[in-house]
Amino acid sequence: MKVLSKIYLAIVLMFLYIPIFVLIVFSFNTTKSRTVMSGFTFEWYEKLFRNDIIMSSLMNTIIIAVLASIAATILGTAAAIGINSMKKLPRAVVLNVTNFPIINPEIVTGVSLMLLFVFFAARMNVEFGFATLLIAHITFDVPYVILNVMPKFRQMDPFLYEAAQDLGCSPVKAFFKVVLPEIMPGVVSGFLMSFTFSLDDFIISYFTSGSSTQTLPVTIYSMTRRKVSPEINALSTIIFLVVVVVLIVKNIIERRSEAKKGMPIKGEKA
Amino acid sequence: MSNIVTLKDIIVEFDGERILDRINLDIGDKQFVTLLGPSGCGKTTTLRIIGGFINPDSGTVTFDGKKINGLPPHKRNVNTVFQRYALFPHLNVYENIAFGLRVQKLPEKEITKRVGEMLKLVNLMGYEKRSVARLSGGQQQRVAIARALVNHPKVLLLDEPLGALDLKLRKEMQIELKRIQEQLEITFIYVTHDQEEALTMSDTVVVMNGGIIQQIGSPVDIYNEPVNAFVADFIGESNILNGLMVKDKLVEISGRQFECVDKGFGENTPVDVVIRPEDIRLVAPEEAQLSGIVESVIFKGVHYEMIIEAYDYKWIVQSTQAAEKGSSVGLSFLPDDIHIMHKMDKPAKVQEASAENEN
Amino acid sequence: MKTKLIASPYLVWMVVFILVPLILVAYFAFTDGNGNFTLDYVSDVAQYSPIFVRSIWLALIATVICLLIAYPLSYILTGINKKSQSTMLMIVMLPMWMNFLLRTYAWMTLLGNNGLINSLLGFLNLGPFKMLNTEGAVVLGMVYNYLPFMILPIYSVMVKIDKNVLEAASDLGCNARKTLFKVVLPLSLPGVMSGITMVFVPAISTFIISRMLGGGGNLLIGDLIEMQFLGNSYNMNLGAAISLVLMVIVLLLMTIMNQFNTDDDVVLM
Repeated sequence: MKVLSKIYLAIVLMFLYIPIFVLIVFSFNTTKSRTVMSGFTFEWYEKLFRNDIIMSSLMNTIIIAVLASIAATILGTAAAIGINSMKKLPRAVVLNVTNFPIINPEIVTGVSLMLLFVFFAARMNVEFGFATLLIAHITFDVPYVILNVMPKFRQMDPFLYEAAQDLGCSPVKAFFKVVLPEIMPGVVSGFLMSFTFSLDDFIISYFTSGSSTQTLPVTIYSMTRRKVSPEINALSTIIFLVVVVVLIVKNIIERRSEAKKGMPIKGEKA
Repeated sequence: MSNIVTLKDIIVEFDGERILDRINLDIGDKQFVTLLGPSGCGKTTTLRIIGGFINPDSGTVTFDGKKINGLPPHKRNVNTVFQRYALFPHLNVYENIAFGLRVQKLPEKEITKRVGEMLKLVNLMGYEKRSVARLSGGQQQRVAIARALVNHPKVLLLDEPLGALDLKLRKEMQIELKRIQEQLEITFIYVTHDQEEALTMSDTVVVMNGGIIQQIGSPVDIYNEPVNAFVADFIGESNILNGLMVKDKLVEISGRQFECVDKGFGENTPVDVVIRPEDIRLVAPEEAQLSGIVESVIFKGVHYEMIIEAYDYKWIVQSTQAAEKGSSVGLSFLPDDIHIMHKMDKPAKVQEASAENEN
Repeated sequence: MKTKLIASPYLVWMVVFILVPLILVAYFAFTDGNGNFTLDYVSDVAQYSPIFVRSIWLALIATVICLLIAYPLSYILTGINKKSQSTMLMIVMLPMWMNFLLRTYAWMTLLGNNGLINSLLGFLNLGPFKMLNTEGAVVLGMVYNYLPFMILPIYSVMVKIDKNVLEAASDLGCNARKTLFKVVLPLSLPGVMSGITMVFVPAISTFIISRMLGGGGNLLIGDLIEMQFLGNSYNMNLGAAISLVLMVIVLLLMTIMNQFNTDDDVVLM
């Protein structure tokens, strides 16, 4: 049984990783062949860094991801605080609408936003580009922030807020001194989730970007449409490495903070 | 004696349900006052009105001679020890205690001095840097008390503070709380459903049920002279029987007439009769007016507790001597041990005291 | 009272950028180019029913395969010791963090007629087989991309199952297999349900996987929509109508799935 499990695990992992490793290996190939390694080179990496379209769309992606996730975090955290103090019915309505971008197929969200922009393009001076992309990204990011922050309110001891007021804080001060530190983990993970989703988004960006401003995934898509280019392999390799490093760092940080927290001591000592 | 807190005609309703029904209460300065009652009786609501977390629908709250209705919690010279402590998890022991002082923006030297005093008061020296999550329940309790007291409140509110501790620790903390209260000479208003806790620590006990104050008095008064069957039943164990006050100083129970000390109930008035289990002596059947069959005998450590059925009533009797199960015994009590009280308008629903929070 | 107001900027945003766009989808679906009411586009959707059937069919196959792979995998993962478990989970999830276009592109290069698989088979004097631009390739792409969406919810539900419950089952006479079917399976059902929706929804609406791995011959609903908005057969009203139908299908599915799901804790990541 144990052996069978291991074999099973190994097969699944092979299925998951072989395609990626093939990309990585051929990113160092001297020819454009995708079947025969003819030699080792960094040529494709150099070409990649000299490719203006890729570099500018990378910049766009990062700028939009940063702006959108910051905006979404502020908007979403404020929203979660407000929603938390709402009565049952309005709260349920708002949360259900908030869930739409999460449960709806991305293509529908993308199309609906495109229709909005098209609809108003004729009436106002809206052009597809940076602004539309940013709005679209904030829109699909906010629900994830709310989703991350809301449970923190449920986990929080409701008396903390009262305790702070009891000790002399005005309601606003009590929020910043006590409530905010408590929901902070949710805010941070909401921000990180927004940021990664923004970086990675293709479908919604595809429908809301113009020719002037494109994000990296949109550029990658147009590259795969054209002839084979080992630059994509090089790009994949770099992205893969970045992902690995980020995840390892994340893991180490999480383990450290878990070890720091420690376990409560049972029994009285004093 | 001057009053520090006065509640006058307080009414609180929630979703059409009356939580507090015309509460009138004077709390004397430097007293240890306990609000006692089963869960849902309104004791926590009363405490939260004093703390400023609830505004009464009508009535006035007076603090130190000034009306404080509508004054927010942070402007009241009152601090609270919360039910589950509500310590700030992101702050260590020292910073939790210093919280209120920092909010007042006191100089660092003053803060250090006062936090140090508090740590000494609650016996937590050396725990300054400890994360509150790494404290035991009893230690967390002490931090919560220190955090409240460091602000030198005139009144400390305690909402079932010992509920989460085990029995032994609870007894220790009871003594400790009383010591702290006497040492600091401030008013404690203490909420609990545990009658033993109330009797141990309080100067004054306020027994509440169904949003109404049933009785206010010293622990001894409450125990010895309960005003109605609810109080009698809630404070300690009681035999509560239907009786008939034949005339002054003569009451009829189970068809027999007994001498008693109460008067002023009129003639032939139905009353509740309360007799404490420890006040009953077991004698030979022919020596007493009442006799019954011993139904069960349970050893309770300091005494035996027996159920004796006599004339369709199951008497609880506590005695250091055990009677034999199934045997016939006589029940004897002195006139002084018979407590007569008016029938309540509506039968008080005696709820089981539970450790659960009331809403 | 005042606290509620803090949500108002978001509420405005939500109405303008979530609700209004969805209303616009319906508006475009039921009007013609001049803004007059018409049912033409919605009824036109019917003529694409073969594409709808194919999309649902392929997404269904992919979902079932994902479930068959993910369930035993999650079960195995929960069995290994705590410390290596989180590392193992990270390794399984890591490919998900790669951009999904690149992952799909990787299969494009593997499956092609001159791709690595065919050239390896060539050494054995087999093939070449036509793998790229087939329905099989589309299903493979779906499975590869969405497998983590199946593993994660199933795993997170399974890992929460109290070990005492399993011991109780064996104490009451269940062998390993009976414990699996009588205890683990029913308890992990909520995870399975959310896994199914999390795979099925993106699979039925994808247009990238079918475009890159299915060639031109395996159009799915997503391709159809994309073509109306950004492709050759530019017709936003028809596109809106198709989107509306897709949305209804997905919402119906979600409603059905929610009947099973009592646990709302299952969240991605």
